[in-house]
Amino acid sequence: MKIMPCPLNGPRNIQEFICRGEVRIPPAADASAEAWAEYLFYRENKAGIVREWWCHLPTTFWFIAERDTRTDEIIRTYTFDALDESGSGR
Amino acid sequence: MPLRLLRFGLGLARPDTRILPLPQELKPHYDVVIVGGGGHGLAAAYYLARQHGITNVAVLDKGYIGGGNTGRNTAIVRSNYLTDDGVRFYAESMRLYQTLSDELDINLMYSQRGHLTLAHTDASIRTMRWRAEVNKHLGVESELIGPDEVARICPQLNLSRDVRYPILGALSHPVGATVRHDAVAWGYARAAGRLGVAIHQGTEVVGFAIEGGRITAVETTRGRIGCGKVLIAVAGRSSLVCNMAGFRLPIRTVPLQACVSQPVKRFLDPIIVSGSLHCYIWQSQRGELVMGGATDPYPLYSTRSTLDFKEGLMAHMLELLPFLGEVKIMRQWAGLSDMTPDFAPVMGKTPLSNCYLTAGWGTWGFKATPASGKAMAACVADDRPPELIAPFRLDRFRELDQLGEAGAASVGH
Ligand SMILES: Cc1cc2nc3c(=O)[nH]c(=O)nc-3n(C[C@H](O)[C@H](O)[C@H](O)COP(=O)(O)OP(=O)(O)OC[C@H]3O[C@@H](n4cnc5c(N)ncnc54)[C@H](O)[C@@H]3O)c2cc1C
Repeated sequence: MKIMPCPLNGPRNIQEFICRGEVRIPPAADASAEAWAEYLFYRENKAGIVREWWCHLPTTFWFIAERDTRTDEIIRTYTFDALDESGSGR
Repeated sequence: MPLRLLRFGLGLARPDTRILPLPQELKPHYDVVIVGGGGHGLAAAYYLARQHGITNVAVLDKGYIGGGNTGRNTAIVRSNYLTDDGVRFYAESMRLYQTLSDELDINLMYSQRGHLTLAHTDASIRTMRWRAEVNKHLGVESELIGPDEVARICPQLNLSRDVRYPILGALSHPVGATVRHDAVAWGYARAAGRLGVAIHQGTEVVGFAIEGGRITAVETTRGRIGCGKVLIAVAGRSSLVCNMAGFRLPIRTVPLQACVSQPVKRFLDPIIVSGSLHCYIWQSQRGELVMGGATDPYPLYSTRSTLDFKEGLMAHMLELLPFLGEVKIMRQWAGLSDMTPDFAPVMGKTPLSNCYLTAGWGTWGFKATPASGKAMAACVADDRPPELIAPFRLDRFRELDQLGEAGAASVGH
């Protein structure tokens, strides 16, 4: 069983979570359709350390996880308020 | 024949039966460099040489040919998709597959078994009726059938209503088949090699030299190669290679796992898929049960295996075929699937004027190998995608003109 350390619920089976993809900054509401398409569909899809939104489904608790997509290691997890405005962890 | 066999048996000459020519040095320049020696790259090389007379072609693979998803997939081919564009394309691919053993002079073990996609909910019955009508409209054999007909085609299935997800019906696709995956890579590689294509294994592409919106040279672990045109066909590594070429893709790389059981006496003819239960199964010519399910729950570039996958798969599989409880798993593996948001592939031109792409093959691209290879060869040769693949252009995401194939591609690869 793979364990995800949840900032709210502690270490839990990763099957209780859903991964919702890279942390990115959404375009302004009045941005062009092309900018929205870029945001919605295109991905960095990096082989390396990524920062993603995850959700613990039973508690609907959203948080940030950093993990290495080459090795399947979870490096750290933290709550949304530890993200600064540029979208990077403090 | 017997005389020839006898002469061969008694004779001393044992002709060399190499599939590929001996490894060669890289040439300083190729008219076309194909990145990725899976089925798609090798097929494109073959059709470039055969149909377009372009033979100064190199196929580069960082590992060995067919060592990616081509050699890891579960070999199912079918054409009962949901969108018109998808059905037309996959039907053309199956048409090419049917005569490919002869064309490539290699036994691809094309084996038509029939393909059943089980429905356990009213919602899936609805999607299946929709699929059946689209399929028939385009001349593909496909029919929604009830539980009695399911029992007639596959009496081994547990049709009890006393289970968590009773079988309510199925989409029956009598032409569904399996094809020996390795042989597809070897067949195309050997035929391309005989026409003069150079196949360089153990040659990883690590960068591109780009000038004025064109790729002028390909950097590899064995040195730099000048190129006229470049075709990228690297499946799960598409984003990494395209990022090197300076453009992003609407693709996530997610592992897909599969496994086979120990061999048992042949008992199962058709391919059985359940989208709702996330599992599928067929029995190989060797008697092994080939089994798989949906992709892993999060993106990853590792082909590790997990217990979660096996537990999830078996729980449902045992509901469909309870007697499998006695059978042991023998082997397990994974491949890296290049998943698009609309479950349809990406084929055609890229933002670079002499660079072409076939990607987004996700969990469903083995069946597409011949049609993708042939169409991409034409696209590279003519600098224009043939009509068959035009709807699969990369720009469809920017133009908000996606294809919506999830209803037919998500588990039933
Ligand atoms: C478990 C599993 C089951 C599947 N089942 C089915 C099925 O039943 N039916 C179906 O139709 N499809 C199925 N698929 C999908 C199918 O396998 C793939 O879509 C298809 O094989 C992709 O072929 P390809 O030639 O594009 O990629 P691959 O065969 O993966 O070839 C890509 C090649 O590119 C090489 N490469 C990568 N990066 C570089 C680089 N930088 N430089 C040089 N070379 C590089 C790799 O080494 C690899 O050999 C399945 C996939 C998996 C993983």
